[in-house]
Amino acid sequence: MRPEAATLMLEVVGLECRRGDRRLFSGLGLTLEAGTLLHVRGRNGSGKTTLLRTLCGLFAPDAGEVRWRGESIRDLGDEYRRDLLYFGHLNGIKGELTGIENLAIAATLDGDRVATADIWTALERIGLAGFEDLPTRMLSQGQKKRVALARLMLSRAKLWVLDEPFTALDVDAVSLLQGLIAGHVAGGGLTVLTTHQEVPLTSGQVARLDLGS
Amino acid sequence: MARVFWCILIRDLTLAMRRRTDVLTTLFFFVIVVSLFPLGVGTERKILEILGPGVVWVAALLASMLALERLFAADYEDGTLEQMLLTAQPLSLLVLAKISAHWILTGLPLVLIAPLVGMQYHLTGTAIWVMMLALLLGTPILSLIGAIGAALTLGLRGGGILLSLLILPLYIPVLVYGAGAVEVSRIDLMDVQPYLMLLGAFFLIALILAPLASSAALRISLE
Repeated sequence: MRPEAATLMLEVVGLECRRGDRRLFSGLGLTLEAGTLLHVRGRNGSGKTTLLRTLCGLFAPDAGEVRWRGESIRDLGDEYRRDLLYFGHLNGIKGELTGIENLAIAATLDGDRVATADIWTALERIGLAGFEDLPTRMLSQGQKKRVALARLMLSRAKLWVLDEPFTALDVDAVSLLQGLIAGHVAGGGLTVLTTHQEVPLTSGQVARLDLGS
Repeated sequence: MARVFWCILIRDLTLAMRRRTDVLTTLFFFVIVVSLFPLGVGTERKILEILGPGVVWVAALLASMLALERLFAADYEDGTLEQMLLTAQPLSLLVLAKISAHWILTGLPLVLIAPLVGMQYHLTGTAIWVMMLALLLGTPILSLIGAIGAALTLGLRGGGILLSLLILPLYIPVLVYGAGAVEVSRIDLMDVQPYLMLLGAFFLIALILAPLASSAALRISLE
């Protein structure tokens, strides 16, 4: 048995990504230890989303590799995905299903046995009390995003990769999300996020990465 | 494992029940295409008996084609497919669950309505039973093979036409043996067995290989 906290680490080695003919970044290297938040910054089109998708293994880099707990994520496969939670531009919720159903399915796919009561609590905490039973297509843009973000409360993933999590959220939701991220990082988790908004990220160690400079 | 399979199966069935038009379109398309032939060719009993099995199978291929495009597209558009790729569950199992739901919604109704369309072609009772059995074995193959094409053409512009060009040639063996089974049943019922056994073999091969191929294709398509 390896000590958990010591090996909980995300490494990026010599990463190079291209989109078409354009080289977004090359020779990118960084190390992220447990309890750290990485804020990826850069202009539109500088490759933030590509970097985040590469970290998740959705996009294959042209060179270099991503390592989790010292092993390449390509070799880890399912083992890596168990530790990972990705929140992308698309909410990843079904409009025809209710918030409860959406979250129950997400939890089952994550391999967690989450009690329905916990899902209700999570939706209530994220400010959707009274909307749990509505098909999510009836909800506003911000409310849909809240349903998707409720997954953060139910997940036990160690690594959160959040692409623009603050857009379309109101002030209350933003501060709630900040609290969630801070709690996750304080609890020894890792977070990688992008945001254009000036959101104070006061939690623990904050690393910054500027792309396209 | 089984829990995840059921979860996705029930999810897709629930989604279809809340958006019924997709299911009904396939079924009505099948019924209408099959019904057009007697209207065009005339009601000559001998001709219809010969045409029947082939027409029903061609209509079944086209109907299953029609629904294939939506197999992964809706999940692709709202990001749920992306989330499925990022779970620790084997993707081929999730894909198999989606294909099963797709077959229950688009293949099974064709099997059940077969007696009705068979009567339009003056097929005998035995021939209708053979046709239902052949469709029961054949339509899952259509869904399984089709899923590979649907995964490969995901997110492409004009993917629908490309999908038909990719998949229809692969459907040929199913068409030949499916229609053949009904054809020979008119001569001797014992001759049907090898046709159905071949369809069964195709089904088993597709059942094992198609989910693996589709999930590999999905990973490529989402890059």
